Amino acid sequence: MRPRSWWPGIVLALLVGASAFPFYWAILSSFTPEARLFQAPSLLPSQLVLDHYRALFSERNFWLPIRNSLIVAGSTTVFCVALGALCAYALARLEFRGKALLLGSILAVGMFPQISVVSPLYLLLRELRLINTYPGLVLPYLTFAMPLTVWLLVGFFRQLPGELEEAAMVDGASRLRAFWEVIVPLAVPGIATTAILTFVYSWNEFLFALSFTLGPERQTVPVAIALFRGQYQVPWGQILAAAVVATLPVTLLVLAFQRRIVQGLTAGAVKG
Amino acid sequence: MPGADPTSSIERQEARIAWALVLPAVLTILLVALFPLAWTVWESFHLHDLRMPWLGKPFVGIDNYVEAFGDPRFWAALGHTAFFAVTSVGLELIIGLWLALALNRAFRGRGLVRAAVLVPWAIPTVVSALLWRFMFEGQSGIVNSLLVDLRVLREPLVWFIHPAAAWVPVILADVWKTTPFVALLLLAGLQNIDASLYEAARIDGASAWRQFRHVTLPLLKPAILVALIFRTLDAFRVFDLIYALTGGGPGTSTEPIALYTFNALLQNLQFGYGSALSVIVFAITFCLALLYIRFLGAELTGARR
Repeated sequence: MRPRSWWPGIVLALLVGASAFPFYWAILSSFTPEARLFQAPSLLPSQLVLDHYRALFSERNFWLPIRNSLIVAGSTTVFCVALGALCAYALARLEFRGKALLLGSILAVGMFPQISVVSPLYLLLRELRLINTYPGLVLPYLTFAMPLTVWLLVGFFRQLPGELEEAAMVDGASRLRAFWEVIVPLAVPGIATTAILTFVYSWNEFLFALSFTLGPERQTVPVAIALFRGQYQVPWGQILAAAVVATLPVTLLVLAFQRRIVQGLTAGAVKG
Repeated sequence: MPGADPTSSIERQEARIAWALVLPAVLTILLVALFPLAWTVWESFHLHDLRMPWLGKPFVGIDNYVEAFGDPRFWAALGHTAFFAVTSVGLELIIGLWLALALNRAFRGRGLVRAAVLVPWAIPTVVSALLWRFMFEGQSGIVNSLLVDLRVLREPLVWFIHPAAAWVPVILADVWKTTPFVALLLLAGLQNIDASLYEAARIDGASAWRQFRHVTLPLLKPAILVALIFRTLDAFRVFDLIYALTGGGPGTSTEPIALYTFNALLQNLQFGYGSALSVIVFAITFCLALLYIRFLGAELTGARR
């Protein structure tokens, strides 16, 4: 190997510091009394209080947006992974006419700017009386989540060795049984990674959730946080407490599955 | 296999199964994405103002587009979007490449680094926008305090009332959140480069800079292109970040095209005009996406079955 040099270590230390500082500052500030937030900030904790978290869950009922987000992101993920797995299997392992075109189109739809379908979706949901409902969010979420799921799963299914299902089929199993009994068990890690990424994307989505909800009863976490800001004052303590709470679940997921997530993200984009 | 007659019944059966498997997902995509997109185009040729339902929904041809192209706020929003895309993506590529090179050479602490770079990427954009707003907020927020202490600023700056200064937190927040993703893409590219090439270059006496210039960069070009196009597409539809960070302000001096479109649709309820703006955004990103598919799709569909 090449001689070790000093600079990678320093670059990486800088990187970790720069990534972590805003979190450190937000967590520290979320425990700081409101009156002291903008008074001679000190980088080290001094007087810590739980006021903001208490206010967040009692006055604001932050459980409500959390529940909304869990329901919407969860349903989107289940629906997309179920249908997406079937579609991705065919695209990854079967030969049929128009496959390349189909794959390209799905990829293209995944890159739509969301804003370009806000107007018809709004009119459609209004017509169906689905504005401010859970289905009224899940349906729009499919526009970006379905292509994402198919795309990631195709990448994972391609990596599996082809001989396995052929062996199963020689043994007399049908295509579908080979899929269900050989491929699916092997692909569980890939399917799980896909589900996590779809969930994270849906949990974080903002534009549709802002456009298709009317009030707090169906607002998701990002929308609720963005709309905390009052007309005359900004409750920074509560905003930061909410930010910490909103970040926690995705952070835990990402830390638990980091190796797989990196694999899924880069395999889809670089190697195909 | 184009042209070949699917003579064997097994092939025909396989194709039938394949279509049955892809159908549910494809129908969903048609219903929730392609059909609405066609509707947007149709809508954009009509006058449709939800505040004035008595006007009905008359066909107005390309009037909405003419209105957009004559609207200085539209051009300003387009300019802001392009400025944001070029600046943030440029910075992300440079810093991302530098990080990827460091990550590729580091022996210890990769797990920690991966965690540190993934977390900003995974949190909601709105949350990262608010974290940065908070740091730049106020006369004695953390950024102002530090910059005054370090004598970079003589007195605290009110970042969000200056049209130019307001861009600083916006760009920083985006760079902070998405550089990790760029670095990971480039790292994957770096790891695909055959180590023996460097060996050969060293034997020929090439300096570290020449190795980087003549081995790393050319071989990394595909990964750089992918990251570039992918990030440009993302930057062009920027919405959440600016909505939560500056709200497009001061005035409309940081308003991107997606936010302008959103306001036309859901604040002013001008669905015809807003749809025309949507179509324009779509057309721009579509051209960028075509590039992406040309580079990536060919590689993907040409790969083994």
